[in-house]
Parts: sequence; structure tokens; C-alpha cells
Amino acid sequence: MTQSGIDKKSERTMEAGNLVSSLSSVAKSHVGNKSPGSRAQGIGLEARGIHAWFGDRMVIEDMSLDFWSGTVTALIGPSGCGKSTFIRTLNRMHEFIPGAAMAGQVLLNGQDVYAPGTDVTKIRLKIGMVFQKPNPFPSMTISENVLAGLKLAQIKVDNKDDLLEECLERAGLWTEVKDRLGAYGGSLSGGQQQRLCIARSLAVRPEVLLMDEPCSSLDPGSTLKIEETISHLSATMTIIIVTHNMQQAARVSDYTAFFLSEGGPGRMIEVGPTGEIFSRPKDKRTENYVTGRFG
Amino acid sequence: MTTTSEIRPQKPWQASLSQRSISALVLVGAVALSYLIVAVTPMKGKLAYVALFFVIFTLFDFLFHFATRGLSAAKDAVARAIVVLGISAAVLPIISILGTVFVRGYKGLHIGLFTHDMKLNSVSDPISQGGLLHALIGTAILVLVALIISVPLGILTAVYMTEVRGRFMKPIKFLVQAMSGVPSIVAGLFILSAIVYPITKSYSGFVGSLALSILMIPTIARTSEEVLLLIPNDLREAGTALGGTQWRTVAMVVVPAARSGLVTAMILGVARIAGETAPIVLLTGGGDSVNGNPFKGPMGSLPFYIWKSYSVGTPESITRAWAGIMVLLGIILVLFISARFLSDRRSGQ
Repeated sequence: MTQSGIDKKSERTMEAGNLVSSLSSVAKSHVGNKSPGSRAQGIGLEARGIHAWFGDRMVIEDMSLDFWSGTVTALIGPSGCGKSTFIRTLNRMHEFIPGAAMAGQVLLNGQDVYAPGTDVTKIRLKIGMVFQKPNPFPSMTISENVLAGLKLAQIKVDNKDDLLEECLERAGLWTEVKDRLGAYGGSLSGGQQQRLCIARSLAVRPEVLLMDEPCSSLDPGSTLKIEETISHLSATMTIIIVTHNMQQAARVSDYTAFFLSEGGPGRMIEVGPTGEIFSRPKDKRTENYVTGRFG
Repeated sequence: MTTTSEIRPQKPWQASLSQRSISALVLVGAVALSYLIVAVTPMKGKLAYVALFFVIFTLFDFLFHFATRGLSAAKDAVARAIVVLGISAAVLPIISILGTVFVRGYKGLHIGLFTHDMKLNSVSDPISQGGLLHALIGTAILVLVALIISVPLGILTAVYMTEVRGRFMKPIKFLVQAMSGVPSIVAGLFILSAIVYPITKSYSGFVGSLALSILMIPTIARTSEEVLLLIPNDLREAGTALGGTQWRTVAMVVVPAARSGLVTAMILGVARIAGETAPIVLLTGGGDSVNGNPFKGPMGSLPFYIWKSYSVGTPESITRAWAGIMVLLGIILVLFISARFLSDRRSGQ
């Protein structure tokens, strides 16, 4: 009885070990192709001591993170650890929720986005967002959806057709929709809708793109396409992606941050190059999570 | 396809022929027994038939199910009978109203009804003379002016309650709900004392439309509020995340997404006021000739035409009133059906 218990335990440890090595090999090969150090073009976005509350309940405590331009940072962690709340503080979407409060600074090119007198709509133009569920505007066609940001923010563009094609091309959707740009956004499949939403957020030329579990409602094929899109986009912008899927984090990101809530508010446990987080995590809790022992 | 074991679609859960014939027997038996009881006892009238039939049918059905399928199935049968009774009690009066209106109204229909007004005729003249063109045009103008006033105000109120969600959201919500129950005569008297006596000093279609707006705004505001609440929050967030201000997000994303629902709200608002009589009688002066100017002179309308014809009391005038009711009911039915059609199309998207 004791013997078999030990056997089981060691077996699980071995399995976990295998998973660590497989994840880290995915991560390493990825990072090996384009090492974060060489592509990083300075800090695009800095979070300094972010705290967040809903009512009296603190949900995020003291998170500080640098996001380098030209890199993809994945935020991983179990449900309820504050990943989504954290990225929503970055583009000031957090304040939409009644009872929300925050403390700390978010510096975009050195300027605090929460500084008094900041035009919040300008901030959101520079920090775009893709949501968990594809949410194309139902009353608009595909091309109107892509260009909706320009209309919403009242930006004039000389050549809309070029911009339309460019955004759809960058989102990896152009060849699929170029013959039916006048169709409604809702007529696309879920994965296409999500890429349409990515194209829509690209049209206002953001410097940073926040993605809140962009693939969680999509099938594996669409997920793959979105991941390819992320890889292409990361050459020119800062991407921050929340994901529940550790393989995805390993595949697409240069850096990974692990968040965890141990009963109380969510904290950042560890951040580092993705390869290291998955192969040599410094914190025991990170190791437990990335090896699938909990969460 | 000539295999010996050909499989054909079947519905094993459906009642068999013998079960169905027993059910029919129960029905026929209940009808016969209630007829018999009414015949031999002093109970009289249609209501006695209906009440007896219901009691006997429920009893028979209960016994039949109890004998064949046990107590719980029998209880289920009783519950089903009560539900059917409830539906009949709700639907029969409506069918009866529609039937009565048609039976009495169609006698008053003729081609001239829609091409002539009552300028040269009295309501007691033969049916083939005169018509209700003035009333149709009057109602159309009253409704149109009320729409022009109420739609922007109603939708803006709904936007305040769902999008702006300001400090006064709760009191306004309460007020709108309370206002949708305001008796129409109160709206009419309010306009009479607040506008007609101190300011215009004369009756006109416009003041009638003002009173109708008081009744229409809460209807449009409440329906629009429900429609706007159905728009997923994702869209508002997507709009603001793209750098839109709240106003631009509401105007360009939320309201267009709710477009067909808002049209439904509008139609329901029209249906609410098209048949209102009290404020019309108080305020519009009720002319007998076509008047296209809502700001000057008395204006006829369908409710007024019905009220006036009916109150005269001659056979011709009463037939005219029923014809007017039929036209009005037809218009309202068309409005409700188109509202229903639009909202179905929305949910089907």
C-alpha cells in the first residue's frame, strides 16, 4: 500500500518532469529563433506598484512589470489571480467597472496614463485591446468594423482602402475576406471574427496591444492562426497576452509573468524570459503551476 | 434500397390510435354529460355549459389517467387542464372582441369610407355617404407629431438609464415606470390647464399630440431601455477600447446595434397612443373635415370619430362607429404584428 503510493507519486513527478522539459523545449526553440534581448527596443510600457480593488476587496497587490517594445509578454496564472484586471488597468478599462479603484502608475513612454489631465481616449488609442470573446460590431460590415476606430476617435485618414487592406493583412484575414468586405462582421466564423477584432484594433496604430485570452473561445485551427498573427505583429509593437494555455504562452511569448492569488489579492510571483520560466523557474509555486500540479 | 430490414422513422413516444380514441371519448363524454346536466337541472346559460364541461372533463381525464398510468400522471393531467382553462379565459375575450368588431364593423365598410370626410354629411346619414378620411388623416398627423416629440426624448431617457447611468438613474427609472401608468385623461387635463388655457387658447392637433407624447414617452423609454440592456457590454468596451468617447460609442456602436429593437419600441409607442380617446376629446376639437395643419383648427381622429358616432345613437351612426373601431383595430394589429416581426428578426440574427 505504502509502496504503491510512493510509486504513484514518483510516476507523477516523472510525468511533471517530462512536461517541464517539453514546455521548455517549445519555449527554448521559440526564443532561440528570436532572442528577446536582440529584438527589445526599449521599455514600451511600465507598470509600477499596481494595486486594484473592487469595492473594499483588493484583487491585485503591488505588481510591477516592464514590457519591452517588440516583445510578447504572456501573463499566466490560475483563474482569479488578477490577470485580466491587471491588463485592464494598463489601458484604463478597469475604471469602467462600478466600485473599481486602483493605485500605482502605468508609464507609457515615460508618461503616467493616470496623470491628471490625461486624455483617456488618446491612451486607449495607443494601447489597443482584444477581448476574450470576439466582439465585432454587429451593425457594421467587415470593412466598417476595421475602420470603426477611426470613426469613433474621429481620425482622418487619406487612403482608407490601403489601411483596410494593411490591417486585415497584418491580422492574417485579408485573403479570406477580400471578396466580401461588405458582408456583416457577424457572418464570419469565431476565429475570423477574432482576427477581425485584431485588425480593428490595429487600424488606429496602437503601440501596445493587450490581448485578454484571445483564443479561449476558439478552436485549435483558429488559435494557431491567431498565434501566427501575434508573432508577425510582435516585430513592431508591444504585445501583452493573458492566457490560460501554457503551451500557448510557451509558443508565442518572449517573457512570461506568473500571477497567483493565495486566498488574498493576486500577486506577481515571478517574471522572466519564457524559456527560463518553463525550464528553470526560481519559485517553487511557479514550477508547480507550469508543471500542471495545480491550477 | 430494397433491403429486408429497412429502417423507417418512427415516433414511439406518440399516443397510439386507441389511446387517442379514448381521449376523444373522454372529451365527447364530458360534452354530452354537461349538456345532459344543464338540460335536467335548473342551471342555464353558456357559462353553465362551459363551467360544467370543464369540471367534468377534468374529472374524467383524471380518472382515465389514474386508471391507466397512475396517480402522478393523473395529477399532471389536472394541472394541464387548469393551464388550458387559464389560456382559454385569457384568449377567448380577445377572440370575441375581434369577432364582434368584424361582424358589426364590416357592414359600415365601403369605398367612400377612405376617400370622403364628414364635412357634408351627418353621422345619421345612410352608411354609403361620407367617410372617415378626415379621422384617418387626423390620427396619422397626431401620431406623427407625437412620434417626432417622443422618440428622441424616449430614447435619450433610455440612454441615460442604460449608458450614462447618472446619479438620477434610480429616481428617473421609477418616474418612467410610474408615468407609464398615468391615466390618459390626466395627461389631457394637464395639457389643457398648462398649455391650452394659458397659452394657445384654442384647440388644435398639436396640443393633442403633446398630451399623447406624455403617454408615449414612458412606453418608448421603457422598451428602449430593455432593448439597450440586451446589447452586450462587450460592444461598449470594444468601442471605448478603440478610443471612442462614451457619446460616440453609444451613437455609433450601441444604438445602431439596437436599431431594430428601437424601431419596435417606437411601434409599440404608436400602438399605445393610436386609440387614446380622452385627451383627444379634450384637446383636438374634433373636426369633421380634413385638416392637414396640426397647429390650426380642430382636427378629427379615429377615436373621436368613434366616440362621436356612437354617442349619437342612431343605427347608421352606430354602424359608422363599429366601422371606425374596425379600421383602428386593424391599424393597431398591423403595428403590433410588424413590431413582433421586427423583434423576431432581431433575435433570429
